[in-house]
Amino acid sequence: MAGLFFVWERKGPHPSLRATFSTQGGVEKGLHPNPVPSPAPLLEKVPEGRMRSLSRPTHLSHLQQKPIRVTITTKQNEAKADMSAGVELDGVTVRFGNFTAVNNANLDIKGGEFFSFLGPSGCGKTTILRTVSGFLDPSAGKVRIGGKDMAGIGPNKRPTALIFQNLALFPLMTVADNIAYGLRVRGVDKSTRLRKAGELLDLIALNGQGEKLVSELSGGQKQRVAIARALAVEPKVLLLDEPLSALDLKLRQHMRNELRAIQQRVGITFIYITHDQGEALTMSDRIAVMSDGVIEQVADGKAVYDQPSTAFVASFVGENNPFSGIVMKADKNEAVVETGFGKLRGRNPAQLKSGDRAILFVRPESFKLGKGGADASLQAPVVNVAFEGNMTHVFLKGAAKKNLTVTVGRHGGAKVPSQGENATISYDPALGLVLPEGKMARE
Amino acid sequence: MSSRTFVFLIPLVVIIGFWLMARRESKVSHDPTHKSYWERNGTVLGATFIGLVAFWALFLVTLPYLYMVVESFHPKLPPAQRGGPSDFLTIANYKSFFVSPSDGQYNDTHMKAFGYSILVSAGVTILNLCICYPLAYYMAQAGTAQKVRLLLLGLIVPYWVNEILRSFAVKLILASNGLLNTSMIKLGIIGPEGKIDFLLHNTGMWVGLSYANLLIMIFPLYNAIESLDKNQIEAARDLGAPWWKIHRDVVIPHAKPGIASGCTLVFMLAAGSLAAPLLLGGPRTLWFTQIVYDFFFQSFNWPRGSAYAFILLAACIAVVLGMLKLFKVKLGEAIR
Repeated sequence: MAGLFFVWERKGPHPSLRATFSTQGGVEKGLHPNPVPSPAPLLEKVPEGRMRSLSRPTHLSHLQQKPIRVTITTKQNEAKADMSAGVELDGVTVRFGNFTAVNNANLDIKGGEFFSFLGPSGCGKTTILRTVSGFLDPSAGKVRIGGKDMAGIGPNKRPTALIFQNLALFPLMTVADNIAYGLRVRGVDKSTRLRKAGELLDLIALNGQGEKLVSELSGGQKQRVAIARALAVEPKVLLLDEPLSALDLKLRQHMRNELRAIQQRVGITFIYITHDQGEALTMSDRIAVMSDGVIEQVADGKAVYDQPSTAFVASFVGENNPFSGIVMKADKNEAVVETGFGKLRGRNPAQLKSGDRAILFVRPESFKLGKGGADASLQAPVVNVAFEGNMTHVFLKGAAKKNLTVTVGRHGGAKVPSQGENATISYDPALGLVLPEGKMARE
Repeated sequence: MSSRTFVFLIPLVVIIGFWLMARRESKVSHDPTHKSYWERNGTVLGATFIGLVAFWALFLVTLPYLYMVVESFHPKLPPAQRGGPSDFLTIANYKSFFVSPSDGQYNDTHMKAFGYSILVSAGVTILNLCICYPLAYYMAQAGTAQKVRLLLLGLIVPYWVNEILRSFAVKLILASNGLLNTSMIKLGIIGPEGKIDFLLHNTGMWVGLSYANLLIMIFPLYNAIESLDKNQIEAARDLGAPWWKIHRDVVIPHAKPGIASGCTLVFMLAAGSLAAPLLLGGPRTLWFTQIVYDFFFQSFNWPRGSAYAFILLAACIAVVLGMLKLFKVKLGEAIR
């Protein structure tokens, strides 16, 4: 049985937990009126298989493990709707003087969704988060949380909780006082506060460490305390501002799984800000890719990776090889682009017409060594070969400054060419993507 | 050996101490490449350094105080009798603060003035804290850089004016026929008979004392609040805290060392100030430093004046240490 982490003794378990159970333990368990509380900490409670499934490679279909709401019944839906709230952005624009940080953002984030904003630094994603949390007022447009217009409602009155990039734990308070602070300012009495802090300490696997000072904890522990502090006020929306960026790589990957597991258990809406596509792809239900204050695409991770809608998204998410040129021939499925490597084919979702300037994108792993079909092969000298164990990257001289990257798996069949050779590579035209010319992500 | 000679021998002892420390340094170091103090500086320069530091530390800082301490335990004598048979060590000067030597009664006047000075100084400290905390918070966390610069300028520029001059200016404003009273009459807030005697009621003294020490309170506070991570304020707000709880739980605990050091400085300086109470105090107001001043310059009774000065110093130190203990601030934090 998957763990039960929130046990509010007075009010009964966190309503969303029942929903959580329905996907993991079957409907009967999910509807059980009094699930048996389990005191064991989070990490031990996440089943092995689940942890593995969460740490699968980034570009695989991470959505196979669908979040809670797939199987929930109407009754659960009501309970859930109570605990989480959707967030709507309706034409939100934020300007600082002459600078437009966010330009006309329209989004409908559903209750209970793990939603990420992905983009390079300075793209306006943090501004959106601060607008949702109430620290910034939109210059135009509306923010609605749970259908309610948030104009004029301060951050201390919104049903949101924010986890800061530097966590912003209170260094002069103990861990338990940090976690219970939101309850304290709401006038919750001390014994209830202590009990809730204890329960949350269980959730974050820090039971018995409530009396420590924050400075006595490790980076990952502080991270978890910040999450517990935010969850203590039972927010309907949890906002996370690159909370993992201060951690080292290994801990970061571990915390991804943990965050996702916590989100699935508490069932509230998570809005996650990151510039790390790995984080966005592994954890999110949907991702909004942003650039220069504009939302370029909103889709699930697989779609963002496989069907990017703009040149920016194609070049920002994952490795990609761009071939710019002019469309020679196009129908509604395919376009042929005259590039620096001759004519190359790809899908044509943007319905470009001949004569349009376009960029053809082919992912490194979509290339095969050796000759392929018509208008889907090219030849270039090998600049470098990098063996990485499970795969080999072959770098070919590109038409522009940037090299082409070809990723060859262990059992690719053909012999990997060596440096200086002239290599022939090809791809399945269904994996090539022709997009209108546009701004690209900086390398 | 008289106690005065003894005081003047102390520098010699300290200089010898410095010299021995410099000698020892070369022997303690196990690093063979390490050059000793004398090797690094040479004999002449080394001796000059030690001499200069010793001169500054002793003649300019320590000795005057020590001399006053010694003086306070001697009776007041004309120069000819100093060192003579009637020059003996006595605590009569300290005793005279409590019991008047002339009539054997309790020395009410001086003790009252002392208590009054301490209380008013404490009051001025609290008043300054109340004025400066919002200002410092605004400057450190809330204001835009440009407005903060303007505010700072507005705070600092008046200090270019000498304190005595400023005191007279305050007096001009607060006098019975001064600016404040006349404008209040003109505006019809008070009738011509309802003039308020601000100076008699010591308003002027409070204003003068507070204003003289304003910057001394603001800067430690500003430094302390400025070092607080803005995210912590926002985190508290995001967790639902109203503004006053943010200050109570996050800003003030963080700024506590700054508050302590600002309060310590202001209290000490207010209790020891002379100009503001003298020029702006009401005719019935007797400030303790005025008594000390009068002993030195009116009755030329330096021993008793020094004894009074040390009573004030001891009381101030006691108050400050007591406050630090009460608010759980370490002395090291407060003077940082």
